[in-house]
Amino acid sequence: MLLRHTLPEVKERKALTINPAKTCQPIGAMYAALGIHGCLPHSHGSQGCCAYHRSALTRHYKEPVMAATSSFTEGSSVFGGQSNLIQAINNIFTIYEPDIIAVHTTCLSETIGDDVDQIVAKAKDDGKIPEGKYVIHASTPSYQGSHVTGYANMLKGIVKGFAQKSDIPREQLNIIPAWVEPADMREIKRIANMLGVKFVMFPDTSDVLDAPQTGKHVMYPEGGTTIAELESCGDSSYTLALGEWCTQAAAQDLDRKCKVGYDMLDVPIGIKATDRFIMSLSRHGKVEVPALITAERGRVVDIVTDMEQYLHGKTVALWGDPDTLIPLVEFLVDLEMKPKYIVSGTPGKKFKQKLEELLKDAVPDAKIANGPQADMYLMHQWIKNEKVDLLIGNTYGKYIARDEDIPFLRMGFPILDRIGHSYFPTVGYTGAMRILEKILGLFMDRQDRDAPEESFELVM
Amino acid sequence: MVDKKDFPNPEAFKKQILEKYPTKVARKRAKAMVVVDEEGSAPIVQANVRTVPGIITQRGCSYAGCKGVVLGPTRDIINITHGPIGCGFYSWLTRRNQTKPDEGGENYMAYCFSTDMQEENIVFGGEKKLREAIQEAYDMFHPKAISVFATCPVGLIGDDIHAIAAQAKEKFGDCNVFAFSCEGYKGVSQSAGHHIANNQIFKHVVGNDDTVQEGKYKINLLGEYNIGGDAFEIERILDLCGISLISTFSGNSSIDHFANSHTADLNTVMCHRSINYMADMMETKFGIPWIKVNFIGAEATAKSLRKIAAYFEDKKLIDRVEEVIKAELPAVEEVISTIKPKTEGKVAMLFVGGSRAHHYQELFTEIGMETVSAGYEFGHRDDYEGREVLPSIKLDADTRNIEELKVDKDPERYNPRKTPEQLEKLSKQKGLDFAGYHGMSKEMKKGSMVIDDISQWETEKWIEYYKPAVFCAGIKEKYAVQKMGVPLKQLHSYDYGGPYAGFKGAINFYKDIERITTTRVWSLISPPWDYSNGIKADLVSNG
Repeated sequence: MLLRHTLPEVKERKALTINPAKTCQPIGAMYAALGIHGCLPHSHGSQGCCAYHRSALTRHYKEPVMAATSSFTEGSSVFGGQSNLIQAINNIFTIYEPDIIAVHTTCLSETIGDDVDQIVAKAKDDGKIPEGKYVIHASTPSYQGSHVTGYANMLKGIVKGFAQKSDIPREQLNIIPAWVEPADMREIKRIANMLGVKFVMFPDTSDVLDAPQTGKHVMYPEGGTTIAELESCGDSSYTLALGEWCTQAAAQDLDRKCKVGYDMLDVPIGIKATDRFIMSLSRHGKVEVPALITAERGRVVDIVTDMEQYLHGKTVALWGDPDTLIPLVEFLVDLEMKPKYIVSGTPGKKFKQKLEELLKDAVPDAKIANGPQADMYLMHQWIKNEKVDLLIGNTYGKYIARDEDIPFLRMGFPILDRIGHSYFPTVGYTGAMRILEKILGLFMDRQDRDAPEESFELVM
Repeated sequence: MVDKKDFPNPEAFKKQILEKYPTKVARKRAKAMVVVDEEGSAPIVQANVRTVPGIITQRGCSYAGCKGVVLGPTRDIINITHGPIGCGFYSWLTRRNQTKPDEGGENYMAYCFSTDMQEENIVFGGEKKLREAIQEAYDMFHPKAISVFATCPVGLIGDDIHAIAAQAKEKFGDCNVFAFSCEGYKGVSQSAGHHIANNQIFKHVVGNDDTVQEGKYKINLLGEYNIGGDAFEIERILDLCGISLISTFSGNSSIDHFANSHTADLNTVMCHRSINYMADMMETKFGIPWIKVNFIGAEATAKSLRKIAAYFEDKKLIDRVEEVIKAELPAVEEVISTIKPKTEGKVAMLFVGGSRAHHYQELFTEIGMETVSAGYEFGHRDDYEGREVLPSIKLDADTRNIEELKVDKDPERYNPRKTPEQLEKLSKQKGLDFAGYHGMSKEMKKGSMVIDDISQWETEKWIEYYKPAVFCAGIKEKYAVQKMGVPLKQLHSYDYGGPYAGFKGAINFYKDIERITTTRVWSLISPPWDYSNGIKADLVSNG
């Protein structure tokens, strides 16, 4: 047994987190910054943070993840990191030549109280920020929230750093996706383009973290939202924010700063959440929904009507991030499946409320936990008490899947042991089809594996 | 096959690389890139100094060196990371340390334990939460040991993790509890964390169990972390030779082995950088001599086995070792004979670790490849130039901040395994270099480039210059280098392959290098329309 010490008896823990269902803020900030074109993320703290975040993102995407660090030493921790950051800004613009440096803090620089606003202002005064270049930043203390919060905070930094309101309004929408895969960002753009909506999407990691093999390495790949696009988002007519935890704060800031109203939507995972996204695009973009979209939707529903028997009543344990878990749970309920255990290390009271609302008729006894100590150990304990038919979550689930012999669908972050997540979307109707294909494949493979010879099925 | 190229003097190219840097950075980096100007000699290289802020470095932190590298591979200690969640999360199962517990034995390696500090713990102190976390771990699992690792904020807010550990140990009675002040900002790289790990394991564990194990030739293997099963292969070979392995620091290890390790009669050191402190301290306290060994490379493995046999001065062992080598080498040679024609003359670059950049050159040499440029991520000057430079290394503030344990002879248990005369004789007649390591640079060819703490910018430029058939580094470098059309072999994780140690490992490595340098996928990068237009993709690699 890989997790041989996991005990079925659940006792309340106050202090010890075991097998977390989250990580820390700065990595989210780094990921968000990679979705800006020509931007180098910068970690203001010890070298290890930057090395860990780059490694984790690289293992997940199998792509270069470039980022710099303030390389704090004991001295900087005592006297403050101002000189490290100013030196770093100068070196980065000289050597790596980005258009933008996106600084995020760490628990170290936050604990010593470095004022990044003031340091960046000083760097500007000292002439360390070349003309036409930008340094934006986000406060991302690792001891608050989770990686999701860090993503949200960097989006706030982007809005603060770039969004402008001119006198000329633009007939365009802003789309702010939550932390989803490059493939999902690409799919969201494809959908908006199919509707014929003009839009700015930020961040956008497609063509950054799914870059083609060309025989050349470039520090700043093709993709990412451009500075001009970011500057224009203050003139957009409306914002579609996809995923409350990741994007609401930035959408609110944009509304406050530039008076761009926003629609708080779920990440379009599954049929209903995608429906709402399309409706919002149609309403605020003032466009009709094209027949091609209706056909895509129809294909998803068709699969479900055809294969419903394999899904009905199947129980699921899920862990991950609120913005993706909530619409995924909604989708599973639509598939007549039973999301039974749901865990997220990311705090936020609304998580439980929203899920309980979604599950009150379908799975009234579902167990839901989030925040510190809501971890994969707890979920595994629940599973030991009553098994489920399917696991959905990041790669760390493979230990539970093997020990308990449960089919396992990899979704979320990080996925370290399979490819596909960065190339094939799970959002939109196409994404719903992919989720369905994967789930059905898992159940059917299991049936094929376990069926007695006499009832082995050719047609399913 | 590509013939080995004659590279123009790299000094001019180095100058070009440095021109990109601001003056002060250029001055500093110049000292970290040096040419081997005579074979067998080691140029002075700047090492173990701060990375300049803003430079994209391979390096990590002290916590990574302590918790991740040295303590990570030990299966039966509950390692609690005291800090916000990230550090514990990122060091959770990511280093591929394999372990094989006894049936039903303790193994916590698949678990990540953290105090997941929240803002209130930073503001009001995290001691209470740590104390509770240790108690909860003890109540749930009743482990034989719990250790605590400090992350950056812990040192700043002043949590006394050592006092808490000591109190818990006393309270439990049957569980060893100890802590590591390995805050990420300590030192200049992972290296500081290695030292901190050595100190605390030495202080709190080594010598706790005086049971004398059976076996005639008893050794410890220090600085072998069982990445991809390396330690299993070494264990297999030692077993064949009849050599008893009392403990490995720390691949496939149990804390019980550490506790008993002072009963061994010889310490053999693989990764000098991460564990030399332990070897020195055990020699001072218990009288166990140490020698440097290397089980990376078939020849190196044979040589290391012969050194161990020579040390014990027993003909039976010497003969047995020769028998084992004789039995193992034919399979190795057979693979070399099929692979070498395809790899001979190709060039490799190695930028990894604190010993691997040295050790892996052996394997490349065995298949006729030359390492034209190499360097460590967190090595010190002695790892490049040999321990003879130790007295001349000036300690800077970053190093001085890492505790140097004062170790004395154990009043009862100090037992010199050999007399000074015997050591002298073995050294003279058998070439055993006790407490010696001659470093990497002296083994490199004239004109090779030694680069410490290579940056992303330098990596890309030197690849342009050498156009290597393979570049060896880690995950952060992998895909950027491969985007340049150059295969990158990860030598931290072995690209999820291995083992590469010992005789069987050498065979695995030859095959992997043959595969990675000859795979046809590299010829697919340019689409046919590029060729039909007469434009050929300008690939860096021609390996």
